[in-house]
Amino acid sequence: MVRAVVTYIDRRTGTAPFVRKTLRYLFPDNWSFLLGEVALYCFIVLVATGTYLAFFYQDGTTQVVYHGPYKPLEGQHMTEAYRSVLDISTTVKAGLLIRQTHHWAADVFIAAILLHLIRVFFTGAYRKPRELTYWLGVTMLTVTLLEGYLGYSLADDLLSGMGLAIGYGVALSIPFVGGNLAALLWGGPFPGTHAFFARMYIAHVFLFPLLIATLLVAHLTLVALRHHTQFKQSRRESERKVVGLPTFPAQTPRSLGLAFGVAGVLFLLGGLVQINPIWLWGPYHTYSSTNGAQPDWYLGWLIGGLRLMPHWDFVIGGYTLVPNPFWGGVFYPLAVFGFLYVWPVLEQRVTGDSGYHNLLDRPRDAPWRTAIGAGILTSVVVVFLAGSADRVLVLLNLSYASQIWFYRVAFFVGPLVVAALTYRICNALQAGDRVERDRRLAEREGRAAAGET
Amino acid sequence: MRRVCIVVLLALVAVPAAAASPGSGLVHRGKALYGQYCLACHGANGSGVAKTSVQRIGGGPLRRQSRQQGYAPPLRGVGALAADFYLRTGYMPLEHTGMQPRRSRVLLDDGQIAALTAYVASLAPGPAVPHPHPERGSISQGLHLFTDHCAGCHQVVAEGGYVTGAVPPPLENATPTQIAEAVRIGPYVMPRFSKKAISDAQLDSIVAYVGYAKHPDDNGGWAIGHLGPVPEGLVAWLIGAAALVALCVVIGRRMHGGETG
Amino acid sequence: MARRANPKDLVVAAAVLLVGRRRPKSQPERLERVVPAGEPGRGSELVVLALLLAATVCAIGFIVVYAVDRIPRQTQFLGLSLGLALLFVAAALIVTAKRLIVTEELVDDYPATEHPEEQQLVTQIVDESGSRITRKRLLTLGAAAAGGSLGAAFLVPLASLGPVVHTGVLYDSPWRRGRRLVDENDRPWRAADIEQRDFYTAFPEGADKETLGSPLIVVRLDPSSLHLPAENANYDANGIVAYSKICTHAGCAISLYRAPLFPPDAPPPAFVCPCHYSTFDPATGGTVTFGPAGRKLPMLPLMVDRRGYLRAAGNFDGPVGPSWWGVRLRGAH
Repeated sequence: MVRAVVTYIDRRTGTAPFVRKTLRYLFPDNWSFLLGEVALYCFIVLVATGTYLAFFYQDGTTQVVYHGPYKPLEGQHMTEAYRSVLDISTTVKAGLLIRQTHHWAADVFIAAILLHLIRVFFTGAYRKPRELTYWLGVTMLTVTLLEGYLGYSLADDLLSGMGLAIGYGVALSIPFVGGNLAALLWGGPFPGTHAFFARMYIAHVFLFPLLIATLLVAHLTLVALRHHTQFKQSRRESERKVVGLPTFPAQTPRSLGLAFGVAGVLFLLGGLVQINPIWLWGPYHTYSSTNGAQPDWYLGWLIGGLRLMPHWDFVIGGYTLVPNPFWGGVFYPLAVFGFLYVWPVLEQRVTGDSGYHNLLDRPRDAPWRTAIGAGILTSVVVVFLAGSADRVLVLLNLSYASQIWFYRVAFFVGPLVVAALTYRICNALQAGDRVERDRRLAEREGRAAAGET
Repeated sequence: MRRVCIVVLLALVAVPAAAASPGSGLVHRGKALYGQYCLACHGANGSGVAKTSVQRIGGGPLRRQSRQQGYAPPLRGVGALAADFYLRTGYMPLEHTGMQPRRSRVLLDDGQIAALTAYVASLAPGPAVPHPHPERGSISQGLHLFTDHCAGCHQVVAEGGYVTGAVPPPLENATPTQIAEAVRIGPYVMPRFSKKAISDAQLDSIVAYVGYAKHPDDNGGWAIGHLGPVPEGLVAWLIGAAALVALCVVIGRRMHGGETG
Repeated sequence: MARRANPKDLVVAAAVLLVGRRRPKSQPERLERVVPAGEPGRGSELVVLALLLAATVCAIGFIVVYAVDRIPRQTQFLGLSLGLALLFVAAALIVTAKRLIVTEELVDDYPATEHPEEQQLVTQIVDESGSRITRKRLLTLGAAAAGGSLGAAFLVPLASLGPVVHTGVLYDSPWRRGRRLVDENDRPWRAADIEQRDFYTAFPEGADKETLGSPLIVVRLDPSSLHLPAENANYDANGIVAYSKICTHAGCAISLYRAPLFPPDAPPPAFVCPCHYSTFDPATGGTVTFGPAGRKLPMLPLMVDRRGYLRAAGNFDGPVGPSWWGVRLRGAH
């Protein structure tokens, strides 16, 4: 049977050599190399559940009056968009499951990308010849942040509507062109034309997924062309020899198992843990708001930045050069992504190491890189935490104003302290390794000597 | 004959006295309690104490410290409504002046509270304890009104929040009467909504909504506090990402502590 | 000599057509195994079968739960059944990976770092193709001009999305002198409706309530506590003040009003935005007292008409909403 299929296909496509090579392509085996795959499978779940949701969502902004099964909104005014999401959540069978799975998948997707990025960064996998792969990945991260933001804003509930208003404020705050850009995107001042939601919808279900998919295909192709990096775990691995599991039969059930596992976890979350209960928030109006509104977790560093900045609008003459939200909403994210993009080139210049690297560093083997990366990560985490300071206040009774000051100081001090600490820990670990190696060498020599006599 | 006259006289005096005593007895008892727990800050006859005349000292006889003297608003005309609210929630007595009153352990018993309330009500005419009827209200209208007037501070599902300088509390322990009282008083920095702004019928709807918000429709599963993205992010990382990382560890191989060769 | 076909021949012919001629099987030489053989894992097979069975049960469970109407907590059971089905399949695959197939650890070469000869050939092909071109720089300039302007031409229609050049719309506000203040149900506000320690949302009569310039937050302060700056002198109507409800930081609606019951003991009256806690003082023209907002809250002058209704006495003292490049260049119009 197998032979019949293989023969049929090879006769019509000539791909048997290619398939043979693919079947024996080697995957170096380390658990941390599977994180990228986790992200990939999350993306597949997103596309599948998203397609289903697109059949039921309506992107209209015409106001309607609700008469439906959810009584606490009976008789209320809301947009068609909100109403359609409400119907998916209450009337469409399995609609709430698919909707929640879709949203959990988005949250976990970006978490997985971040874990994958952390692994890639701290092991130096982005070095030559894989800079292009790395840059594609960072670009994908940027695009998915925007894609997620647009996605949950489509529901037009109170929380996401406030988030859109803030997005408008951040767009406006870009020096010189902010007003033009915001007016262009929204078709006028907020809340914009009726077409705005339609454009958001097309961007979310078509333009950005297409972009992500294209980048993803390029990313995976490059990984395959140059083969995967590996840790040096034995004498066999080297810059020229890759050691790993073949695609078939070893890697296939592993990858498939991971795929089903990811889907399983996401559907479990989608059914068991409530996420974004838009029926509780109510519909959005520009003149309404609620306490405790937050963006989805991956934009938490933006709300933190917006809250931490002291109240300066930089004004020269009558010109508002830099409105306040620019720093937390645009400047800081640009700085962090700029660092990520520039780092491979920067590291090459500073270390003078422009060689080929197929072998990975353990984080301790590159103390400078690990320390700097840890420092940058610390600053991002501090800003994240600052974004949830008001909920911490309600939970733990810690003064909000004091927290803000704490985080302002921690933003500068924290990364330096963590970087210094990390550097020392790396060096200490390396020293320990050297001692261990010397000890084993001595033992071996001792045994050899003992064997001789 | 004289003994009979005395008995009749005594009866004539005693009966009206007995008839008057439940009310006046309660107020009298309340006055005694007032003198014990409230006088030092709220002044004699509920006239209030201006800030300029005293400095802030901590504690009252109910809260560990021995002496309390401070400043506080006058209580004349606040009525049974305010007294009932502050006492039944434990907002009063305050641990020290200048702090936001918070829901705390009620250290007075029902009888004491009734007595104090009667006394404060007797100081000057004021609003009586309200009796809201949430069963007559509409949850849908309540959500709309709550979003307009309350959600900015208390959060749309009444989980509490922050306003510069104060902490609007979550409302899960608020009884319908306490909600109605708070709306009409505006304690600490909360706005005060009179019947002109929020009618009694609208108040019924708001109370009905807050009751709903204590156990709202959680068709999606575990509600993780109705707070939105912050707990959702925690779940995404600590349950979702953690489970998947664990899966990766099970499937893949771990590094064997450095070079073995 | 031709034979006439007889039935037996026909049957044989049909059989041959159907079954096919037996080609002699090319006897394969003992092929070397590519994938090494391994020990049978009969116990693991049973485990995998059990897991697959469990997955089957769960998946059927999903279909049943879906089909039956009015199951309480239906979303939870749907998620549980589907999630478990997928996890059981995952487990089956992982057991297969670890126990039922041979996990080979192979060594292979990394692909060549580069291919100098091919690089040379490609470069040569491209370079030599231009042998007939003499004005290379000029042609490149021409191509760049054409390509650049074509690209710009393709991008320019994007400007139809919105006002890119004329951002005057950002200064627009529906308020005019004499416009009446109404509530969410279009009932006009009277000055007598506005009480101290409460806050009210107002809109311009007849205008779209959702535009940023529409909503107001209106409060009544004790006139003696007002310290309005000169440019906002007489903006109040006997202590009633009105401000834009849209925060000047990032555009959220200001829905918090701090209204002290006992002023000596509590912070003074203030508007607070719930997004980043920008705090504005209504008694001093909307100045920022806490939080990140960089611009004061726009104030609307009020007047009371003969019948006691509140009306705008003019437009805002500045554009509403978050700041942008030109926000301080003009007033609202």
